[in-house]
Parts: sequence; structure tokens; C-alpha cells
Amino acid sequence: MIRSQSDCTRRFALAKRTSRTAFQLFIIMTDLKHLAQRIRLHALRMTSVGGSAHVGAAMSMADILATLYGGTLNVDPNDPQKPDRDRFILSKGHAGAAVYAALAETGFFPVEQLKTHFQNGSKLSGHVSHKGIPGVELSTGSLGHGLGVATGMAYAAKLKGATHRVYCLLSDGECDEGSNWEAILFAGHHQLNNLVAIIDYNKIQSLAPVSETLALEPFADKWRAFGWGVVECDGHDHAQLRECFAELPAQGGQPTVVIAHTIKGKGVSFMENTVEWHYFTARGEKFDQALRELQAAG
Amino acid sequence: MRDVFIARLCELAQADPRIMLITGDLGFRVLDEYMDRFPKQFLNAGVAEQNMTALATGMALEGHIVFTYSIANFTFMRCLEQIRNDAAYHDCNVNVISVGAGFSYGQLGISHHATEDITIMRSLPGVTVASPGDDWETAELTTAITQTPGVCYLRLDKSSPGNTQRPGEIFRLGQTRVLRDGTDVTLAATGGIMSEVLKAADTLAERGIHARVLSTHTIKPFDVATYANAARETGGIITVEEHTVDGGLGSVVAESLLEAGVVPRFFQRIGLRAGFSSVVGTQQYLRAVYGIDAETIVSAVERRLGAGTARRVA
Ligand SMILES: Cc1ncc(C[n+]2csc(CCOP(=O)(O)OP(=O)(O)O)c2C)c(N)n1
Ligand SMILES: [Mg+2]
Repeated sequence: MIRSQSDCTRRFALAKRTSRTAFQLFIIMTDLKHLAQRIRLHALRMTSVGGSAHVGAAMSMADILATLYGGTLNVDPNDPQKPDRDRFILSKGHAGAAVYAALAETGFFPVEQLKTHFQNGSKLSGHVSHKGIPGVELSTGSLGHGLGVATGMAYAAKLKGATHRVYCLLSDGECDEGSNWEAILFAGHHQLNNLVAIIDYNKIQSLAPVSETLALEPFADKWRAFGWGVVECDGHDHAQLRECFAELPAQGGQPTVVIAHTIKGKGVSFMENTVEWHYFTARGEKFDQALRELQAAG
Repeated sequence: MRDVFIARLCELAQADPRIMLITGDLGFRVLDEYMDRFPKQFLNAGVAEQNMTALATGMALEGHIVFTYSIANFTFMRCLEQIRNDAAYHDCNVNVISVGAGFSYGQLGISHHATEDITIMRSLPGVTVASPGDDWETAELTTAITQTPGVCYLRLDKSSPGNTQRPGEIFRLGQTRVLRDGTDVTLAATGGIMSEVLKAADTLAERGIHARVLSTHTIKPFDVATYANAARETGGIITVEEHTVDGGLGSVVAESLLEAGVVPRFFQRIGLRAGFSSVVGTQQYLRAVYGIDAETIVSAVERRLGAGTARRVA
């Protein structure tokens, strides 16, 4: 098991460079599990200390983030602006706590700084901010912005002949926004096969289940009809997620969407599949129980 | 203010079945009573504000009185063209409700800072712009905009000084209220920042300076007469808003007074000038950081009157 943050970063870098024996694969999977757990623990503490909402939204995507930052993304904490880095945009900005946690855990800034989340005078706002935070490409918070910007970055990369990828993580409720579908149409038309949309498909939005608000199904067919390659997976299964990201683009000349089926609040029993833990803050007994469950899972 | 608005809206919806509330996937718990009592007068448009506003226009054209509801900028910014071309140009009774004025959602980041809305909304022809400074104004405005044809924008703050209604006072849309009758200086505000202005007025009163306090709950149409009187009777005007100074309350006051040929002895706009806020903090904290809190108001008055008093003595 890895213990320290630098240890963690080094290990991922090493694993990426060397050929993968079964043993190394085992190490990687253990590390991803550990990273996901660290992200969840941070997100729980950060939202609890600051009294902020959106803990369920952070838990939902912790495994996706762990897989991305644990070896998928070509990013370097020592050179966060290197031109050939993969770009990652969190479009569901309300779950910013999880991205801050992933960045801190992989060495972009000190883990200590996470304690300032939501506090007076801090830079770590409730919705993800790029100002003074290494590793964040785009400030978001108003849903329906990320994918369009990611599409612009992917188009620019094509113009330059650059080979990096642009990843954008969206929520399912967010797909209500028409702006996304404009970007989806554009990316399909321009065959931006360097663009990867990931949907945190937890089936819950602000007031009710997605199916009772604006149903998205048949969801995969919608993307296909717009000219995208579609892969679906269990968004909490690191092996499946890794596989999805290992074979990009899913369809030769097309942008890819990874529809990751997730559970909102994943990892804390009383938060799972609830609308209210989009809003509530875990304190007192609830906090202790959540902490126990997350620690036990490690 | 939000809860006061919803409570009044429930009363109105009970009395008038034409009233329709459309939310952009927000209002968890807050809208429960309304949703339960008036399921046929409620709609969740999803996280899709442009369509929410277009739907509102369509329903208003079919005879409904529609309220669109979301937080901070979501209710008017992306869907501004739907508000302008569809709702406003077609004189629809569409009431755009924004919950979380100024830095109400301070810690959430700039996406949630509603600090340019007054400027943007008041530029739209025929649109009523309402920004209550307390709970009473909130309730009265809710009724007033229901009865007022055309598009109204209602800006609701998280903070509020409670109820500032004076005995027997009657509310009028478009009429600035005089909350304190002082004659040494005028402190004019719009929105929940009124709580800071009243604190400042109390501190000043302890120091022998009696401020006239104006609450401009309706920015448009604007009540120039009350301001002209204040300029003549108190000499100096300081406007306070949790909003950019570019085109906000201070701008309206300056433009209107100058045009009316009334020039106060001194005039100052207290508001946001420092660009986007990437600093995280509570509403109270950010008010202090950006110099729009009671303390700043008090020192602004003392600085101005210090100079003014010296002149008067000389
Ligand atoms: C344009 C816009 N409208 C409304 C909101 C408020 N809001 C925050 S999260 C959310 C929906 C949450 O559901 P979902 O999009 O599925 O995200 P999840 O937390 O489930 O990943 C809404 C409506 C927003 N941030 N941006
Ligand atoms: Mg969701």
C-alpha cells in the first residue's frame, strides 16, 4: 500500500512507464482503490468543515477521478502547464471538492491546503476554481459550460496537430442544458476523436430522479445519433474504467462518450441513492458514521 | 427573503389559478409546500434555463402569470435573449426570480455571485427591476409584480434586516421608501445590504450624525423625486449596493439627478469595483473584503462630513 502523497505520484508514473505484469496491475488496482478512498475521505471532511453541500455529487465521481488522475491523464504536478498535457475539465463544478482532493493527492498542491476549502479568505471555492489552483483548467459552477470549452480545446489541438486528449466530466442532470447538445453536435460533425466526455450517470438530479425530471434514455443512442462513439461501464469499477480509457477513441474518427453508471453518494450507506445528500452536510454522528464506513472500505 | 417570497406566492396561487411557477431544477425543500398544494401550477423544466424562459413565455401568451425560479445568475443570464425577445417584447407577465443576490452564495464561487444583474436587467426596455431590502418589501413586491403586466425581475437576498415597515406605511411599486428621516446625509441602498446600512446609521446616530436612509426596492421605474428631496434636504448622497457600481443603483441615482438638474453637495457610490471575486468567503466576509460593510459606510460618511463640516464652519 502506498502511504504518502509523493509515494503515490511516483508509483503512478512508474507504473505508466513500465510494461504491465499481472503483479503491477494488482499494484495499480490497489493504488486506484486507495486514491479513490482518499478522495472520498477528503471530500467528506472538506464539506463537513466548511458546511458546504454536494458531498453526494463528489462521492459519485470519486472512482472516475481516481482512474483519471491515477494514470490515465498525462499530467505532471511538477509542470501543470506543460503544453502536451491532457486537459481535464470538470463541468459539474459543484463537485469541485473531489477534484481539489485528487489534485492535492497527486501532488499539484499541498494536501494541507484542502483544509481551507469553503473558508474565509481561501481560494478553494465550493465550485471548482482555476484561480491560483495548479491543475484546474476551467472554473465552472454554472452547468452546461464545460463540454463546449472542452470541444474548443479539442478543436485547437487538432489545428495544432497536437496529440493530447481533452476529457470533460459532466453530470446527468446537466445534460438537460441545450448548450451541451450544441457541443455534441459540433464535436460529432468535426470528428473530434481527441475529445472524451464522461457522464457521471447517477440517475439523480436536484429535486428528483433524472427519469422523473427529463428522461435521458435511450441515452447512448442519442450520442450515437450525433456521431459519437459510446462505451458504458460501471463507474465504480476501476478495471472497467481503465479499460474504457485505454481504448480511445472508441470509434475511429469520432469523439467518445464514456457513460459511467454510478451511485450518487457511493461509499456512505445513508448517502447512497438519495436526493437529500446532494445538499446535506455530514456532521456529528453522521460524520462519524460516514468516516467509519469510508475507512473500513480501504 | 426566499421563504417570504414563497409564502406570499402560495397565497397568490391559492387565489389565482393562472399563477404558474417554473423552476430550473432548484428549490429542494423550499418549494415543497408550493409543490404539494399546487401541483397543477408547478413545473420543473430541468437544468435548462433557456427552455424554462421560453416555456414561460408560451404559457404567459396563453394567459398564465408565470414565475421562473432559479438561483443567482441562472435565472436570467444564459436565457437573457429569451427574456428580451420572447417575454419582454411580447409584453408577457413573466416574473423572473433570482434567489441569492450579490454575495449571498459567497463561498460557492463566481458562477454564483449575482453582481451584475441590476445593470443587465435594467437595460431591457419595459422590464421592472425589483430588489427588496427587507422581508416586508419582498412580500409586497411579490404581490405587486403579479399584478404588473410585462416582465419583472425580482432579486432576493439571503440577508435581510427583517421587517422595516413603519406604522401605517403603504407599499408602492416604484416608490423609494424613507426608513430614517435624518438630514445630515443620505444613505441609499437596494437589496439585503440594507442591514449594513441600518447598522451604519445606528453607529452614526450614536456619534450625532443623523442619516436619512432610503430603500430603493424598485430600481426601475426609478423614483427620482424622493432622491431630489434627499439631495436638497441632506446635501450629500452615498449609495450602497452589493453589486457592481457600473450601471447599478449609484448609476441610476447619478444619471437621474443630473438629468433633473439636482446636484448634491457630494455623491459617492459604495459598491463593487475590484472585478471578479475569486476570494472565498461568507457574504459578511466578502462585504468586509470589498468594502461595502457598515464600517466602510460609517467611515465614508465621516470622511465626507468632516470635509463638509469644515467648509460650513469656514
Ligand atoms: C446553469 C445551472 N443551473 C442550475 C444549477 C444548480 N444546480 C447545481 S447541481 C444541479 C443538479 C444536480 O444534479 P446533476 O446535474 O445530476 O449532478 P450530480 O450532483 O447528480 O452529479 C443544479 C440544478 C447550476 N449549477 N447551474
Ligand atoms: Mg446526477
